[in-house]
Amino acid sequence: MSKCLNLLAGTAGAATLGAAPALAGKFGLGRPALPEEIAAWDLDVSPDGTGLPPGSGSVEDGEMVFAANCASCHGDFAEGVGNWPELAGGAGTLADKDPVKTVGSYWPYLSTAWDYIHRSMPFGNAQSLSVDETYAIVAYILYSNDLVEDDFVLTDKNFLEVEMPNAGGFIIDGRGAAEAHFWTESPCMEGCKDSVEITMRAAVLDVTPEDDTAAAPDAEAAVKAAAEKAPAEQPAAEAVKAAALDPALVQKGEKVFKKCKACHQVGEGAKNRTGPMLNGIVGAPAGLADGFKYSRVLKAAAEDGLVWTEGELAAFLAKPKTYMKGTRMSFSGLKKDADIDAVIAYLQSSGS
Amino acid sequence: MSESTKRNQPSRRQFLTGAAAAATGAGAAAAQAASPDPLITEVQEWASATGEGVDATPYGLPVRFEDDVEWLTADTISSINFTPIHALDGTITPQGCAFERHHSGAIELSKGDYRLMVNGLVETPLMFTYADLERFPRENRVHFCECAANTGMEWAGAQLNGVQFTHGMIHNMEYTGVPLRTLLEEAGVKPGVKWVYVEGADASSNGRSIPIEKALDDVLVAFKANGEALRKEHGYPVRLVVPGWEGNMWVKWLRRIEVMDGPVESREETSKYTDTLADGTSRKWTWVMDAKSVITSPSPQAPVTHGPGPLVISGLAWSGRGHITGVDVSTDGGSSWTPARLASPGTDKALTRFYLDHIWDGGEMLLQARARDSSGYVQPTKAQLRAVRGENSIYHNNCIQTWWVNANGEAENVEVS
Repeated sequence: MSKCLNLLAGTAGAATLGAAPALAGKFGLGRPALPEEIAAWDLDVSPDGTGLPPGSGSVEDGEMVFAANCASCHGDFAEGVGNWPELAGGAGTLADKDPVKTVGSYWPYLSTAWDYIHRSMPFGNAQSLSVDETYAIVAYILYSNDLVEDDFVLTDKNFLEVEMPNAGGFIIDGRGAAEAHFWTESPCMEGCKDSVEITMRAAVLDVTPEDDTAAAPDAEAAVKAAAEKAPAEQPAAEAVKAAALDPALVQKGEKVFKKCKACHQVGEGAKNRTGPMLNGIVGAPAGLADGFKYSRVLKAAAEDGLVWTEGELAAFLAKPKTYMKGTRMSFSGLKKDADIDAVIAYLQSSGS
Repeated sequence: MSESTKRNQPSRRQFLTGAAAAATGAGAAAAQAASPDPLITEVQEWASATGEGVDATPYGLPVRFEDDVEWLTADTISSINFTPIHALDGTITPQGCAFERHHSGAIELSKGDYRLMVNGLVETPLMFTYADLERFPRENRVHFCECAANTGMEWAGAQLNGVQFTHGMIHNMEYTGVPLRTLLEEAGVKPGVKWVYVEGADASSNGRSIPIEKALDDVLVAFKANGEALRKEHGYPVRLVVPGWEGNMWVKWLRRIEVMDGPVESREETSKYTDTLADGTSRKWTWVMDAKSVITSPSPQAPVTHGPGPLVISGLAWSGRGHITGVDVSTDGGSSWTPARLASPGTDKALTRFYLDHIWDGGEMLLQARARDSSGYVQPTKAQLRAVRGENSIYHNNCIQTWWVNANGEAENVEVS
């Protein structure tokens, strides 16, 4: 085995000699990473503040940035919507039966929140927040957790002064000592228990996914019925047009729709999620998805008779927040007209 | 093997059928046939007509008779699915039904667009293409990958009625890749460094800190699994393999390795994947997956469909601390135990298949399996785990599982005293 590896190593080394002189003991593969490349990818921030870029953001600004980018999933007050995580509250609950783990009650380091928001949020539109927006959002989350006052401004200078309540709440893996009794030389083989009683049954609880599937048809049927209803309300011309969609455009639109998928479903069995289900959306009156909690502005627009024609949809998708100030849709918009056309074609092709 | 010699040999199926028939014949209570079996006495269609050509299914799929297996659970709301371990045997998980967990969806990243950076406390920060990685010496190793949350629902009691859902966040594949050590040495690790931070290219930027000792030990930068390219959902074209450690550290779509002097304390290693104890303090850096085993058949999704007599009790065992040295099986809820037969000797941080060739009397059973590993660790009961950790840990639940098999052969997930 080792002989074989040495042989391979020798061959690889020899092959690269012509291209670039290999360093001793190395293969000479790859190339030096450029400073610009490292700067673009090396964004992580450590608890001691290493990696934190200069900047600042206030609670006041944070409230606005949070409402625009985060509130659709995390709630206006960071309390969490549906199954999306709550970011505030939960102080003193960690020893309770159901602890509420939030940035305030659980996270030991503020750097973790800054780093994660900056690189991974908003969900479906990651790496779109500026450095100052990130400071502002983190400041607002601290405020939501009653950890700073409403006039607080978070900067790279005062970052390490913020005290996280659960900073001392973690211990390093102590299984070796606390669970030393699990290392047993000779486990019991006979007469290990006086009696055995069943104390809990999964069938009683009934949360197994298979059972969900069995219960699903009702919900699916309801959605299907709603979807079938929509085309009947469309003018016949629309239906003809839908049949004449360019397959290549539809295919492209399906790819573009990946940007929407984190929040929206379309097609057979589509349901409301963070955003409403989109079956039959093109040409339909606004605010039609049953049971979806639309924003105040969208409800108002619907009452004023807004219909999602291709033109209206295109304008909305280009710049959602400009088109409809106050929309809960946390999406910056599609920059290319071609992408907008494609995604509208895709929406027409599926679930109509 | 040439086609002509192949035709002259009994197929595997014929061989197995023959063996089963012979075994039945030898049994004391063997069934007597009332009349000749037409499946044997009449020429069947498949024995006379031509089957499909070799190009009918360019990439093979399970035969249609297996369409009742929920290969993976397809719930778009959840971002996890489960390996159907109740329907598998042996130890290698086929890629097509190996569980998936994404933190921001499965992304499509081509080999041509793939870049891997090694930076931080190194002599020369380097950038590799996929083609570069293929030129380093490779290793092949079989390891299990288990999500830290596997069996997590069961902390609060018997919850999910199927081994796929209680234990299916695990797979076991043969990986081909370059040791992380080789890439670190290529860049030249500076003296005294303690950690590497590894991150993926997807929008979740899933990143984890790994101590340098582990990084230089057995971590692989893998690009093949079970001989073929990784699936997109498993991190194509390149993922990290961190043997014996929790699945979240096996970063998919690996794009960067930073050598550091401290841990990043990222979201996934502070707010998640930490184990909160009964007193409210939490354990962190609980990377190793402790020894664990479970009976995959019989189980709720794989009931006994025959009467009393020979019954194959089978399951899987694994340990992140080394190899499995033995598995004991109990049919009475843990009062007495019988050593099971390991299909082959346990190997390092990989699944081991065990069997107990049992004669079932047709009565109720409370089936349990208990794994032992090369570090001397014995898989604990749920009560033992709760006594140390409480019920809020979410992760790292490696308790002994109980299946209650009734006289009809049906099985249910239960907890026992």
